Amino acid sequence: MRVRRTLALTAAAVTTMALAGCLGQQQESDTGRNADAKDVTLTVTANAVAGGKNELTAKWVTDWVIPEFTTQQKDKGVNVTVKYDGIGVDDADYKAKIALDFNTDIGGDVVEIDGIWLGEFAQGGQVRPLDDVVGKDEVDRWDGWGEIPDAVQAVGEFEDKRYGIPVGTDGRVIFFNKKLFAQVGLPADWQPTSWDEITAAAVSLKQLPGVIPMQLNAGTAMTEATTMQGVLPLLASTGAEINQDGKWQGATENVKQVLDFYQQVYGGKLGDPLLAQEAKGRDKSFELFAQNKVGMLFESDYFWRSVVDPTVGVAKMADRDAAVGWAKIPAMNPGAGVGGQDFVSMSGGSVRVINPNTKYPQQAWELLEFMNSAAATKARLGDTAQVTQRQDVNEEVLQNDPMLSFIAEEVLPITRFRPGLADYPKVSSALQQATADVIAGKSADEAAAAYQDALVKEVGEDKVARG
Amino acid sequence: MSAATNRTRDTSGLGVARAVAFVSPALLLIGLFLVFPALWTIYIGLTNYTLTGPASVAPAFVGLENFLGALDDALFGNALWLTLVFVLGSAVLGQNLLGFGLAWVLRSAKPVVRRVVEALVLLAWILPSVVVAYLWTAVLDRDGGTLNALLGNESTAWLVEYPMASLIVFNTWRGTAFSMMLYSSALAAVPPSQLETARTVGASGWQTVRDIVFPHIRGHVLTNTLLISLWTANDFTPFLLTAGGPNHESETLPVFIYQQAITNGELGYSAAISFLLLIVNLVVALLYLLLLRRRS
Repeated sequence: MRVRRTLALTAAAVTTMALAGCLGQQQESDTGRNADAKDVTLTVTANAVAGGKNELTAKWVTDWVIPEFTTQQKDKGVNVTVKYDGIGVDDADYKAKIALDFNTDIGGDVVEIDGIWLGEFAQGGQVRPLDDVVGKDEVDRWDGWGEIPDAVQAVGEFEDKRYGIPVGTDGRVIFFNKKLFAQVGLPADWQPTSWDEITAAAVSLKQLPGVIPMQLNAGTAMTEATTMQGVLPLLASTGAEINQDGKWQGATENVKQVLDFYQQVYGGKLGDPLLAQEAKGRDKSFELFAQNKVGMLFESDYFWRSVVDPTVGVAKMADRDAAVGWAKIPAMNPGAGVGGQDFVSMSGGSVRVINPNTKYPQQAWELLEFMNSAAATKARLGDTAQVTQRQDVNEEVLQNDPMLSFIAEEVLPITRFRPGLADYPKVSSALQQATADVIAGKSADEAAAAYQDALVKEVGEDKVARG
Repeated sequence: MSAATNRTRDTSGLGVARAVAFVSPALLLIGLFLVFPALWTIYIGLTNYTLTGPASVAPAFVGLENFLGALDDALFGNALWLTLVFVLGSAVLGQNLLGFGLAWVLRSAKPVVRRVVEALVLLAWILPSVVVAYLWTAVLDRDGGTLNALLGNESTAWLVEYPMASLIVFNTWRGTAFSMMLYSSALAAVPPSQLETARTVGASGWQTVRDIVFPHIRGHVLTNTLLISLWTANDFTPFLLTAGGPNHESETLPVFIYQQAITNGELGYSAAISFLLLIVNLVVALLYLLLLRRRS
């Protein structure tokens, strides 16, 4: 009997522990804590790893930022140790890692995140405004803000507050293989002006044996890449943005047109539906492109910089400069694009934020400033080019790279950014599911209807524009 | 309760206080690592707690909403069904039959053959999941996969076109070692004289198994089936091969829970599903205990 009583007591105690435990607690913090410390340890976290994904960033942190910053601090009498916590995984997995890090009070002091996660992290208190973490005076004092264009600064803002410093921005275009295009008589300076011209080119490429004419990111396995490289640019082509007048696009005419295009591509075997559904389908489409087996890919300039780059890419293409062409994404029909445009694009970018739980907010801010100085930004690029956050750096580096200057001059003026709303990731996954349904054989109308139902369930009836 | 009956029940002569002292470390560990997490899961399952966003700071109590939502969720139904298919196909049938078959055949095989086969089957069991998943991806891949090379076809993406069938074959291969070893030792307990008699009266192989061997090893069959069913139902390795895809076609419950919790950040909902999986496990275990008790 007494044993049973002990058991009951244990169970009761455990229950109390469980129920007294509080989910999602959050403490207030003091911006000046440990500001005078002489021994400081800071960690930089990014989805970049030597020998893998975003290798340049990883090498830059370990080979340039860490030694330079340590020396700079030593001159001030501060003994700082900077560690690098880098992994190279899918973006969705990286997001899960840092969300868990933030929630369990561990993780880097300076953390690189995709700008589009800012809304949900900010609302969850996983990241906080720089003014609160570091102090408004300190933040405003940084001279780098003047070099960052407003549109790029917005990538690091949520509800008009600065949460971090953007790393740069990008643009989406259609990359194509000039060698394959030449074989079917298409020009090296190909520039379609409507969807029909894209599919016409794909139909010609279909004659080539063993070649996938075009691969349009689709399905749930590719997560945000499906939305950002596929659905949203196409939606902009039809003249709509995903969030208009405070409402998300439900099963509207525009969404149906986009899904119908997916149907044409994958139903008509212009793209490979199996490849789009594989767990590592996107990486594989990169490899196939590098092996001259894919005609066209809708991708961001990341593809040029980090995928097919002959020295640092993950799917290196030795003859990249000669073999890879690019074209702006055309509106569905001339003038039918968003804002009456003939061509459209979508942009995003990463942001470096400071972990609100850092032990050393002032030193973390110093490191963040340091990583965004003109010298550091140039060191990050090395011989390569990228549309960085800083105008002064861009003016120098972009002229050496025709692709990136094309992005800066031709694409950024016509681009759109994703809405910085906390509901966006849910909408995005509903869109991914809709494309997955189309590949699996549903009609565009059925997929759109299912998408609308899912959307209403996630964000509420009053926030969905019905078709 | 009289002192006399107390003493008769206390066969070890420890006394209740000392008995409690002996079991309390074990109970404490069970409480800490089993009871507490289970209760914690129930608690989270009653909230709308998420990984990010407003509900991660201030989760609200939503009662049974998550559980009711699961019953209404076609993806949950899908995951439950796929788990059932996975368990029946790869554990109850696959590992059981192959394990018994191997044990039966190897009984009369040359010791060398027996050792080699056993070592290979065991190897499949003890290799780390990540290594095994990598090897199987290499075998089943569409471009340059070993299986396609052997078959001389270039176009079958096994993990995309036949995801569940691939997983069932994979898991049968992966887990047969346990059943094989268990049945090997169980068969050793079948009296040779009875097998001899069966042979003398001209019983066929199947008749021998059914009428002589099976009655002796029924308990082992039950134990084995229970254990491998539970392991298979909770197995996460399918994620490493197909990540639940394509389009949820191989999303078993553990994968579904992971997707909900980590990818979608729905911690409350996934905790509720985890609890439902726990219930399913308990029901299977109870069923087994019932069968075992009826046998004795």
